[in-house]
Amino acid sequence: MAVIDARGLRKSYGSTVALDGLDLTVGEGRIVGLLGPNGAGKSTALQAILGLIPHEGELKVLGRDPWSEREALMREVCFIADVAVLPRWMRVSQALAYMQGVHPGFDRTKAEAFLANTRVGLDAKIRSLSKGMVTQLHLALAMAVDARLLVLDEPTLGLDLLYRKTFYDSLIEDYVDHSRTILVSTHDVYEIQHILTDVVFLDAGRVVLAGTMEEIEARFAEVLVAPEKLDAARALGPKHERPLFGRTALVFDGVDHKRLAELGEVRTPGLHDLFLAVIGHQPKEAAA
Amino acid sequence: MSRLRTFLWQVRRELWEHRVVALAPAAVGAFAAAVHFLSALTISDAERQGALTDPAKADSFMQLYGAASMSVVITGLVAGALFCLEALQGERRDRSILFWKSLPVSDLTTVLAKIAVPVAVLPAVTLAVVVLQGMVMVPLQSLAWLMRGYDPAELWARLDLPFMWLAIAYALPFMALWYAPIYAWFLLVSGWAKRMTILWAAAPFVAFLIVEHTALHRWMHWALEKRLAGGILEPFTRGGKGQVWLDGPAALEPLRLYTLPGLWLGVALAALFLFAAVRLRRSRSPI
Repeated sequence: MAVIDARGLRKSYGSTVALDGLDLTVGEGRIVGLLGPNGAGKSTALQAILGLIPHEGELKVLGRDPWSEREALMREVCFIADVAVLPRWMRVSQALAYMQGVHPGFDRTKAEAFLANTRVGLDAKIRSLSKGMVTQLHLALAMAVDARLLVLDEPTLGLDLLYRKTFYDSLIEDYVDHSRTILVSTHDVYEIQHILTDVVFLDAGRVVLAGTMEEIEARFAEVLVAPEKLDAARALGPKHERPLFGRTALVFDGVDHKRLAELGEVRTPGLHDLFLAVIGHQPKEAAA
Repeated sequence: MSRLRTFLWQVRRELWEHRVVALAPAAVGAFAAAVHFLSALTISDAERQGALTDPAKADSFMQLYGAASMSVVITGLVAGALFCLEALQGERRDRSILFWKSLPVSDLTTVLAKIAVPVAVLPAVTLAVVVLQGMVMVPLQSLAWLMRGYDPAELWARLDLPFMWLAIAYALPFMALWYAPIYAWFLLVSGWAKRMTILWAAAPFVAFLIVEHTALHRWMHWALEKRLAGGILEPFTRGGKGQVWLDGPAALEPLRLYTLPGLWLGVALAALFLFAAVRLRRSRSPI
């Protein structure tokens, strides 16, 4: 059974269409990056998955309808939202006690062990913690829950580099195993590409590209082309190009790698370039 | 079982956040006790003698205790109303609603825990404070009398605190249910309004009153007055007639009080508002 199964998900706010027939399947144990520009519908998709908003279309998360079964779903789903949402008046110790009180899957010793490696004090009020520390606390709370699905919505937004790095490092070290599924949305693709097993690119409320990292790598290639071969390369229909040290880096979709090797050095494009290739290309196609 | 546990934790977290709601009756109660002590220290001989000998003033010492405990009761009512005006708006303003909703706690449990603060927690706090207040006021007043060379036994003969406590314990559940539609309405509006909850909560009634005063009937005026004053007059005056204060256990009429149609009509209205608040919270997001 898929952890998330969405078919033709639609959501509009007034005349603004946030989700325009989104199809998404996430299997167990996958670490899926939901990528897309601002306004692509990432947050709306996550909100629907978490049962925070009603929607049209079919959606099952862990076999449940999130909108009508949020309470039951949240026993097995953990969620960290884009900005600090922990109640600022609460003490860290109160947050731990409360979580233990209401969440059957919460392991307080686990959370305390994680916090022991941070500067977050148990007596501190959340209001007095820095943004980075609040995120650490939230991660500690989330990781101490025995959840089947962890949803992260721009979890590192506004954090400095050090906290961003340790955030994903802790996640990998302490949380990831093969039965847990993680869905993470971000527009900063650099910091997560090394942990993902799958990517889903969203644009204008639709999936424009989805697949495992292996599939993506097999399909897309980036070639560094010298100026004299540029015309030949362009004839193959690159999805994206950018100048790089006197040569041009071109991203191709579904072109035979052997043929590309004749044009220059072939490598796997970074998610960032892929992002530009896939998303940047859409409006042009639409215009054509 | 686990639902109950979650509910109790939810109530507990409300009190963590809004400690002031529970502290306000205690603070006002302490203040009233202090004022009472000062007045006992400064009471004039003539006044004291008059109160002790004039049969028409036989109640005057007890009335001071009644006034002090009523200050606690009223504070509890106001604190409950203010709490409700804030309850479903604060979590949206500070975005913490996204945290609460990420936990296995239903909107129903959340809303019920919130209404439990004015309807269950505050009455209990009020009763505890009132009893404690009386137990502090009697020794303090006795001390004041001793300091001035009076015999406190003369005072004690005129006090009947257990009856006062009994009357308040008899009235508090009634008041909680009687005012429940107001609390529930405030809660609903706090879940809906983005800001200035009190204006949105009061505006429809004020508009109605203004329009009504140009017409011949006054039924909204009458209904509001009845509802606001009724919470005090029904339980604390004889037969609920608003003329004579309760003066002894014989005047308590739980059967009449707790079968008033207005009481249960209000409870039904409160249930309706709460149902709407639960439905509303399901789709609420930060503001």
